[in-house]
Order: sequence, then structure tokens, then C-alpha cells
Amino acid sequence: MPIEVKDLSHIYAKGSPFEYQALDNVNFTIEDGEFIGLIGHTGSGKSTLIQHLNGLLNPSSGTVYVNGEDIFENSKEELAKLRLKVGIVFQYPEQQLFEETVFKDVAFGPKNLGISDEEIEERVKESLEAVGLNYEEFKDKSPFELSGGQMRRVAIAGVIAMRPEVLVLDEPTAGLDPAGRDEVLKLIEDLHKKRNNTIILVTHNMDDAGKLADKLLVMDHGKIKFFDTPENVFDHVEELEQIGLAAPQVTYLMKKLKEKFPDINDKVYRIEDARDEIKRVLGESHV
Amino acid sequence: MFENMTIGQYYPTSSFIHNLDPRIKILFTFVYIILLFVIDNIWGYLAAFIVLVTLLIVSKIPFRYAIKGLKAIIFIILITVALNMFMTPGDVVWHWSFMQITKQGIQIAVMMAVRLVFLVIGTSLLTLTTSPIDLTDGLEFYLRHIPFVKKYAHELSMMMSIALRFIPTLMDETHKIIKAQKARGAQFDTGNLIDRAKAMVMILVPLFVSAFRRADELATAMEARCYRGGVGRTKMKQMVLKRNDHIAIALIVVMSVVLIGTRFLPPISFFK
Repeated sequence: MPIEVKDLSHIYAKGSPFEYQALDNVNFTIEDGEFIGLIGHTGSGKSTLIQHLNGLLNPSSGTVYVNGEDIFENSKEELAKLRLKVGIVFQYPEQQLFEETVFKDVAFGPKNLGISDEEIEERVKESLEAVGLNYEEFKDKSPFELSGGQMRRVAIAGVIAMRPEVLVLDEPTAGLDPAGRDEVLKLIEDLHKKRNNTIILVTHNMDDAGKLADKLLVMDHGKIKFFDTPENVFDHVEELEQIGLAAPQVTYLMKKLKEKFPDINDKVYRIEDARDEIKRVLGESHV
Repeated sequence: MFENMTIGQYYPTSSFIHNLDPRIKILFTFVYIILLFVIDNIWGYLAAFIVLVTLLIVSKIPFRYAIKGLKAIIFIILITVALNMFMTPGDVVWHWSFMQITKQGIQIAVMMAVRLVFLVIGTSLLTLTTSPIDLTDGLEFYLRHIPFVKKYAHELSMMMSIALRFIPTLMDETHKIIKAQKARGAQFDTGNLIDRAKAMVMILVPLFVSAFRRADELATAMEARCYRGGVGRTKMKQMVLKRNDHIAIALIVVMSVVLIGTRFLPPISFFK
């Protein structure tokens, strides 16, 4: 299900003193199975953009094509169906939990798909296991007696249980401890590998973006600044810094090292690659 | 985002009215409400209308904003009109089985409707031109002069400011929750009444959970800053009446005299 965003603009509270242009003529296409990192400073329009991908917000102008179809020409029912294919995990998704048990909450999305009870149960089981929660242990618990990290994972399970072809996650690691962060990122990575679905990850963390994404979509003041591979995007460190972003930590380290080892390659944005590169250079000079 | 909500929504700009002392604006609103029920003929309504239009122009509030508050009470206006039209005894102009409309009924219904419209626009002017903080400061001043209530004036106004402060926050949160549930395939605008009532649960539960959490956090934050209620508490921003406020008081007196004076003008009846 390729997603094509065309001339998309969104203006909040048009015609009031609070008028604000959140998106300004945005154009890009995401192909099947791509892992996109969506980065930009606070207020750059990331959240507004993702809410257009499944028709939660209506554009001021322009449109979005999912699978070649203009989604804003859909009826309400069709739009509701589309939302099950383009799943969005919002920021702090644990705040959307409402059912009495974890099972019921995760089953809410699949139920809206109109599938059989057996399949719902299977999907809930699969989703809970995918987010690292034991099905038997958690299914009958109230979501409100869980810890923050567990609630977050239940909420993510609630979206992936719909088996969306496109999964959008808005800062899924915000407010989690380092262990929780790693777990959530790991599960997203595993999910992507297993189902090969399209993933759009909104993040503030350049290390995560560089590590996971095939392509980075960089936003600034409602406009697309870059849409390219991490290598090419992180090549523009100064421009990124100007718009309140940065390169991954490891890239800065490599730049420092280059002062001492002029032949080191500083266009590195993954820790593993940095390790290999340092080994290579050190190995050479020690031989 | 808050397209349908005017009551409690401040329209930030700078105007003669925006810059007045909140106490003066509350006084005006109070006097205006009373006067709306004192006037009793076309001249009175005309004068009240002129006052309202003048205020709207001076306050620089777009007409569209001022009448937004009406949407919320359109139903009440319709019921009032219907009741007055059908229930007032007098000269019958139309009847069908047990229902009848009288000349007097029409006259009263029209007047009541106009009165309600003026009332809503007039009072929403107060909230449109006064920020919530100023508004509660002004209210606290009046509460401190009411016997029995004055003991709790500070607490009451603190409760009001907190409530006003959280209206937009909770509205925002409601929108977020609705979107999150829609993203899971929920539909709020289809289905029968029971489906829709059920759909409310998935908004209300998360909303209540977060409201309680916010209340708890706020209480902690207040205690951490040693908040102990109103006793011995001073204000950073003292309210002082300025030149413009004195002019406004004079204008309120003039308006009251004129509006009361209209009672003594010869009435015009719509029906002869």
C-alpha cells in the first residue's frame, strides 16, 4: 500500500487570531515495506502530517493517496476501514486505554474489523506476545493496574493487533526508561522484519532514526527539508543543527576522531559501523 | 480546534474594553443583565441593541465570534419562544384543536427571544475581552464583599481559575482520545443511540483517568510551592482603577439612566 502525499497543506483555526500553518505544500511518496524515520523539532508539523495519512485530519489543500486512491473522497465507513490498514500509535498511547481487561482493550481494534472471535483471540495473543507480555498472565488484568511501560506496550499491541499494512508510531519511546525504550524499539524492528510492513517512526532521537530507518523524512516549519537515506541526510550536519536537530552521537565522535586520524571515514551513523571503522583505522596504524 | 466553544474563550487583542479593569467589566455585565429585564418597550430594546453594537465595535471582536455562544442556547430560545407563543392568553390570531397563538403571545415571544440573544452576546463579551485570570481576580474582589461567602472568596476564585484553566486542556485531551480511538476503527457518528452511548465510554474512561491524574499532580505542585489558601496571601498584580475605568463607570451610569428612561417613552404596539 504505497502512500503518496501531494501538495498537502494544513492550517489550524483558519480565520481566527490563532491561525497557524502546520503543513506547507508537502510532497513525498512512501513505497511498500519502507521504514521511514520522521524527524523534526517540536512544532515542525510531524504529528499533523501523520494524522492526514489515515484521514483523522482533513487537509486545507492537497491530498493523500493510499494505494492510488484519494482517501479524502471516501465515505465515513470507508475511512474507518482505511484506519484499520493505516494504524497510528499516538504519543503516550497508554492514555487511550479504556477497557476492563487487557484482552478486551487489545481486542477493540480487531473487533472493529468484523472478524471471528477465534481470530480475535489469536491476534490478541500474538500481539501481546509480540510486545513482550505473557498472554495468560496479562489478559485478565485491568490495564490500569499495570506499570507505565506495560500500559504503553498494551496500547501498542492494540494497534498491531489490527495487522495494519502501514504502522505509524508517534514517539513511542517518549517518557520510557532506557530499558523500556530499547524494548519498544526492538519490537518495532522485529515487527518490521517479520511482516515487512511499512513503518513510519516519529522520533527525536537521531541515533534511533539512523539505526532503524531506511529513509529519513526531515521536517522544518511545515515543510520537507530532506527526504533521503540516513547517510545523505546526516551529511548535512550544519543544516540539521540550524533547524534544531543533530546528527547521531556516534557521527560527532567520528568527526572528532578525524582530527587525529585524517583517513577515518566520518560519515558513519551506526554504532556497529563506527566500531568497524575504528578497528580498521586503528588496526592499520598498529600494524 | 475549539470551533464550537466561545464561552470561556478569550479573544486576545488590545481595545478600550480589553484594557479595562475586570471589576468594571463584571459590574457592567451585572447591570446590563438587570437592565435587560427592566426595559419593556421597543425603545428600550433599541437602546440595548445600540449599546451592544457599540461595545462590539469598540472591543474589536469579530461579529462571528460574538454570536458563537448563541449556538449553545438556540434550543432554549426556541423552547422559550414556543412556550410563550402558545401559552399566553389574549386575542387569538390562529388556533388548531387545543393550540392557539395570541397577539400578546407573539409579542412576548419575540421580546423574550431578543432578550435572550442580547443576554448571551452581552455576557460572552465579558469572557471574550477578559482573560480567565483577570476574570477570577475580578470575581474574587466581589466575593470578598458578600457576607457568608467572603470567608471562602479566595478558595472559590482559585477553584474557578483552575476550572477555567483546565477547560482547554481537557478539550484538547478529548480530541486526542477521540482520534486515538478512531485510529483503532471506532466510529462515533454512526449507529443507533445505544451504539453512540457505548462509544462515549471509550472517551470518558480515559478522560476521567487523566483528569484525576492531573488533579493529583496539580495538588502536589501547589503543595510543593507551599500553597496554603488565601490567608495572608498578597497579590503580585494589584488592581487599580485608571482613568479609562472611571470613564467606563460614568458610561455605565449614563447607559442605566437611558435604558430605565425608555420605560417612560410611549410604547409602540405591533398590533393595533
